[in-house]
Amino acid sequence: MANKDIAVKKVAIICAKASIEDVYAALVMANGAVMEGMECKLFFTFFGLDAITKKQMNKLHTPTVGNPGMRMPGGGAFPTWLGTIPGVEAGVSKMMMKGMEELDIPPVDEFLEMITAGGGEVYACKLAVDMFKLKKEDLWDDVSGVITIGDFYAMAGGDGSQVIFT
Amino acid sequence: MATKELAGKQIDVTEEGYLVNTSDWTKEVAEAMAEEENIEISEKHFEVLEYIRDKNAKGEGLTIRALGKSGITDIKGLYKLFPGGPLKLSSKLAGISKPASCV
Repeated sequence: MANKDIAVKKVAIICAKASIEDVYAALVMANGAVMEGMECKLFFTFFGLDAITKKQMNKLHTPTVGNPGMRMPGGGAFPTWLGTIPGVEAGVSKMMMKGMEELDIPPVDEFLEMITAGGGEVYACKLAVDMFKLKKEDLWDDVSGVITIGDFYAMAGGDGSQVIFT
Repeated sequence: MATKELAGKQIDVTEEGYLVNTSDWTKEVAEAMAEEENIEISEKHFEVLEYIRDKNAKGEGLTIRALGKSGITDIKGLYKLFPGGPLKLSSKLAGISKPASCV
């Protein structure tokens, strides 16, 4: 059993990429944390902002180029040239999402709702929001705030806290 | 494995307090476990527990998402009913094994 004295009590998770696997890694960890009764704060920055941007959040892709983990169905090699063909990345991404749906892993917006229902908080990085010229209304409605990394660190501390970068 | 007295009966439980045999479950056992977890058990709790037991008996895996769509309460409600462990605590009180799902 876990040692209660050194147990993780709080996680601050930073997601900087927009690929399905990066975003879902952050979301699964965040949801897992609130389900274990931990405090959890999520910070989306740079391309990770796609996960909390209304227009993009449910259209994430997994890259089919430059992804050495990519395999053909059945496990064979996935040639890089194949990944460059228009539509292939969209198809692969669709398969990824279908695979997750089968495991009862929800779409991004619903997953974020589950996390905030458990007390988790979602923040957007001010620098990245400014850089991509996004407005508050472009972001998912339940984003708790557009803040600096300094603000985020300020709320990330405390006994048994961990900062995780995906 | 250990044995524990719950509602006046000696019951086999795992190291983390989950029932070893789901057939040992009674409402009284659930009440005794709830007390240990500082949960004031209500009819709403029992509705959730019955739902979990029913799904478990059918061999269906349990996720927080599915539980939130049970129609009994939503996910926010589950966190209120089972603070700090909406899936783990509800599974424990329902007398089924520890959930093996990440969601």
